[in-house]
Parts: sequence; C-alpha cells; structure tokens
Amino acid sequence: MEHVIVHALLIVFVLLAIGPVLIVIVNSLKTTPAIFGGPFDLPTAKTFSLEGYKRVLTRGNFIVNYRNSLVVTVTTIGLTVVLSTLAAFALVEYRIRLASLLGGLFVLGIMLPIRLGTIPLIQMMLAWKLIDTLAALILVYTAMSIPIAVTLMVTYFRTVPTDLKEAARMDGASELRTFWIVVPLVRPGLAAVAALTMLPVWNDLWFPLILAPSRQNQTVTLGVQQFVGQFMNDYPALLAALTLGAVPLVLLFTLFSRQFISGLSKGYSK
Amino acid sequence: MISPAAAHRNLLLFVLPALAVYLVFAVLPLATSIVMSFFQTSGVSGDVFVGLANYERLFTHPTISARFWNALLNNMQYFAIHLIVEVPMGLLLAALLTSGKLARSEGIYRTLLFIPATLSVVIVGFVWRLIINPLWGLVGFPLLGTESTALTTISLMSVWQYFGIPMVFLYSALLAVPNELVEAANIDGAGGWTTFWKIKFPLIAPQFGLIAILTYIWTFNGFDLVFALNGSAPGPNYSTDILGTYFYRTFFGSSGQLADLDLGAAVATIIFLTVLLVTAAYFRLIQRRLKSYSV
Repeated sequence: MEHVIVHALLIVFVLLAIGPVLIVIVNSLKTTPAIFGGPFDLPTAKTFSLEGYKRVLTRGNFIVNYRNSLVVTVTTIGLTVVLSTLAAFALVEYRIRLASLLGGLFVLGIMLPIRLGTIPLIQMMLAWKLIDTLAALILVYTAMSIPIAVTLMVTYFRTVPTDLKEAARMDGASELRTFWIVVPLVRPGLAAVAALTMLPVWNDLWFPLILAPSRQNQTVTLGVQQFVGQFMNDYPALLAALTLGAVPLVLLFTLFSRQFISGLSKGYSK
Repeated sequence: MISPAAAHRNLLLFVLPALAVYLVFAVLPLATSIVMSFFQTSGVSGDVFVGLANYERLFTHPTISARFWNALLNNMQYFAIHLIVEVPMGLLLAALLTSGKLARSEGIYRTLLFIPATLSVVIVGFVWRLIINPLWGLVGFPLLGTESTALTTISLMSVWQYFGIPMVFLYSALLAVPNELVEAANIDGAGGWTTFWKIKFPLIAPQFGLIAILTYIWTFNGFDLVFALNGSAPGPNYSTDILGTYFYRTFFGSSGQLADLDLGAAVATIIFLTVLLVTAAYFRLIQRRLKSYSV
C-alpha cells in the first residue's frame, strides 16, 4: 500500500514537472488550427505537421545560433576542465599556506555574482576588441565556471592515494607527468565538472544579450528569446524553436544526470 | 620530498592559468565596478571622484530611490516565495525518493523531476505564459497582467523550474544517513514516518541552512525569467521589478530612463553587498553551529 502511495505522489510530481514541456513538444508537431482547437490532444494523421520546424530552420537564424552555442559551450567546458584540474591538483598536492589561501579565494568565487561586474566587462571587451565575439563569452563563462570546478576537483583529488604519487616521483616523474598519471583516477570528477558547466552556459541569457548580441554571434537562448518576440503569431514555428532549443540539453542532462547530481551536491555542500 | 621553494613554484605554475582567467574576468570587473560607483565617469572633464554621491542619488532621489526600494522589496518577496514553496517541495520529493520503496525506478524519477531545471528561462517563461494564457483556457484571469498577482506568478514559475535543486541536495544528504541508524530504529519498531522525522530529518537539518543561503544568493541575482517574460519593462506598475531588472535598466536605460553607468555601478555594489553581508553573516553565525551538531 505504501508503495502505491509513494509511486502515485511521484508520478503526480513528474507530470507537473514534464507536462508543460510535453505540451510544447506535442504541439510543435501540429498544424495551427489543431494547436488552438485542442492544445492537449496528440497529433493525429490529419493534424500532424512539420511546417513549424521547416519555417524555423529556413526563416530564422537557427543553424548559426546552434553553432555559436555549441562552440561557446564546448570551448568553455574544455577550458574549465583543463584549467581547474591543473589548479585543483596543485592545491591538494602542495600543502603550503599559499595553497589554502588560493583555495579559499576560489571557494569565495562560488558566491561571486559575476554579472554585477558587467559594466567594466563591457569596457574591457571594447578595449580589447573582443566585444561582440564568441571569445568574450567563452572567457567570461570560463571565469564564471572555474570557482565551483576547482572546488569540486579538489574533493576528487583528495581521494587519490598518496602512495601512487610518491611512487611516480620515486621513478623520477616530473610534476606534470605525476599529474597525468593521477588524472585518470579523477575521471568521475571531470564528468561532473563538464555536466555542471554545460547547463548555465548553454542557458544563459544575460551575457549573450550584452556581450555578443549581433545576428552572427547570437546563441540559441538569445535567438529563441528574440524569435519569441518576432514571430508571436506563428505558433508552430515558435514551439518548434523552443523544442529545438531545449532538446540537446535535456538529452545530455539525462545521459549525465548521475555526474551532474553528484557534482552539484559535492560542489556546494562543502 | 619537494622543497618549499619548489612547492611554491609548482603551485603557482599549476594554479596560475585558472587564477588568471578567474581574476581578470570575474574578480577584476566586480572590483572595478565598486570603484566606479564612487566616480562620475560620463562628464566632459574625465573621471571625477564624487564620493557617495551616486549612492545618495540611489537612496534619496525621489524617482530613482522609489524604484530601488520597490525592487528590493520585490526581491525579498521573490526570495521568500522560493523558500516557502521550493524547500518543502524538495524535502517531500527527496523523502519519497529515498523511502526505499522504489527499487530501480528511483533514478528515473530523480532524472525526470530535475528536467525543468535544465531548461532555459526562455522556454520556462514561454511555456507558462502559454498555459496561463486565457486563450488556451486554463486560467481565465490575466495573472501576469495584474499588479497583485504578477510577482507571485513569476515566483511560482521559477519555483517550478528549480525545485529539483533543493530536492537533489536533500536527496544526497538522505542517502548519506548511515544505514545502521535507520535499521536500528526499524528494529526498535519505528515506522517509515517516525524514522524519517526522528532519525533522518535531524541529520539532514544543516542542509536547510545551505539551501536557504544558496536560494538567497540565486534569487538576489535573479534577472533572466523576469526579463524573458516582460523584457526590462517590469510588470504592471513595476510589480515584478527585482534588483536584476532594475540594474539592467539603470545601466542600459529604457524608455523613460537614461542609461547611467555610474548609478548602475552603485546598484551593482549594493546588490553585491546585500548578498555578501548576508552570506558572510550566515557562515559565521549559523552554518558553523549547524555543522557541529551534525554527524
């Protein structure tokens, strides 16, 4: 009996969580009259239509938006993973006062609302001729992701046995070589950092709006936001745009949800 | 063994790349923003130190300060609604997920329940606007267009998006509760309900402090959802204006308001202090005490 109640409650919440998303996806596959006629009906042979998707892909700026988001997100993840892994290795490895000071500085950054530095960031990007480039976004997002990534990687490096590193050093391995030997042991941490970095970067609206708003540099999130404004009456296209904007991340999250969740709870509850 | 000098050199070599990016693109802009708030930079005679003049305007200028206090109060309400609705919801779901009655479906539920948190606010805003749209008939009342309901409506949309976060925190904490304690309680005849409130709940209690402070930080940095729904013109009679949208309007300008970088810097500094002081006080006064009681 208790089993039934637990499942029933969870199913209600799951429907509440994904119901609205399903409404968007289902309706994106229908004709306009069908969307308004029966918003909660599944598409039938008569009402099924891919017109919305066709219009988004031809009329909008979608392919470019996608490519930009992909470039920005993947590069940010790569930079964040490499830089934070190097830093975290050293923070765990060299137990000197400076290490705990630097570690503290990174922890502090988790709370730092980087968005509030927007005005100087714009001036800086202007001065360095980086305004309205994807590079500006990548640099800001990497800076934004580093504090939590370093803190998280530190907890993973702490689990690596000292013997292994000492053995490597005995064999005359350089510090960089020792680093390479232990990196495979923190692989779950790398996945967690990647999963945790991905979502806020792909979904961010603020910095694309301010640092890279022009048509050729727009990300998906900003592109969809403007699409919503421009094509307010073309519901099939709108719903298709929203679906296309969400699907890749939802899929990736589903794949990496274990890493994501362990990263989230490890990174913050320190 | 590594000599202290070599340790210093190695540490800096490994940490420097991450530190440089973090300092230049996160710490420096914020620090510059704070410095800027004491200057007037838009004048013809270059930068002029004006002391607290920007703050004085922010706090006392009739229209500027009215909007500011309004945004601050709205932001507090925005935070309170998150706290009151999101945290109990997260607790209930975490308790259900770890009730031991789900077997293999636990992971599936957990993943599905977290999906809203993976969506961009553009989608969240649009989906909910569609659902509460009188045209589609679920609600025959303009929830977003009415001054008294707009902020609560937006807050609840945001709660819908992010309830997965407290859920995951409490879920991980519940998983970490030692099994022996639960088993011992069961042997003593405690049921699922009693075990939860008497054994598990006290052990995960410190997590609530952390969730509250993270919710505080995130809601006081809120911007995206309100902007996605309303643009920078915030709700009927500024009813959904929060600090983030106020900041955006101050430094970007909007219809009826000129862009003012220095005032924007002052707003940013005040938001920063609001977040920093409360967070620091929390860690000094509360979290430490909570930690010492937990296992």
